Amino acid sequence: MTIIKVPAVLRTQTNGQSSVEVSARTVGEALRTLVDIYPGLRGQVVDGEGELHRFVNVYVNDDDVRYLAKLGTEIADGDTITILPAVAGGDGPVVRAG
Amino acid sequence: MIVLPAGLYSEMMAHCLRGLPEEACGLLGGHGDVAEVFYPAGNEARSARLYTVEPKAHLLADRDAEERGMAVVGVVHSHTHTEAYPSPIDVDQAVDPSWHYLIASFCRVMPSLRSYRIVGGAAEEEELRIVATMGGTGGLHG
Repeated sequence: MTIIKVPAVLRTQTNGQSSVEVSARTVGEALRTLVDIYPGLRGQVVDGEGELHRFVNVYVNDDDVRYLAKLGTEIADGDTITILPAVAGGDGPVVRAG
Repeated sequence: MIVLPAGLYSEMMAHCLRGLPEEACGLLGGHGDVAEVFYPAGNEARSARLYTVEPKAHLLADRDAEERGMAVVGVVHSHTHTEAYPSPIDVDQAVDPSWHYLIASFCRVMPSLRSYRIVGGAAEEEELRIVATMGGTGGLHG
């Protein structure tokens, strides 16, 4: 089994569960299983094109899957998949806070 | 409101200063409105106008915070050319409505730091309370 760790911001879609166990051979298969269990996650981890959503980062154990085979990255029993939001921003035209 | 121990404030501002002329960034670990650890991160965008928290640093920060019984509660980044107000990019890309979004500005001689909540596409400034502390916080240094 593989454990998928769900970030706090997505736990409203997983009934508050921070980790979910799935049986899968690849990261893509694991994430599809996760979405099957919690349909509210649809479109939030994998986009409409079936690619990893650009606003999340996914790791197998310590490795970012972008530098492996992305959704095709193979996983073994006991691996941990971690999903985290991609944190980005920057300055530019200023918006005054309300 | 975000409560920031003085040691964290120093670490955070020093990290941002070291990052100049590019934007710098890092994450805050803690409990709710109280920050207890600063996790400096590399800026993967390597830009004076944009930042992306280096994903591996985020993973390590998240893991460390969890091991300490805490959580990542916010992110700090610097603005090198503008005041410490959220840009449209900051607002659009805010990842978690429960987080505190701190912005350090270095566009004037004296740096400034402000904190915001960003919920539903709207940013609202919050009180930033710096409290006395002893020494640093022992966060990961990347």
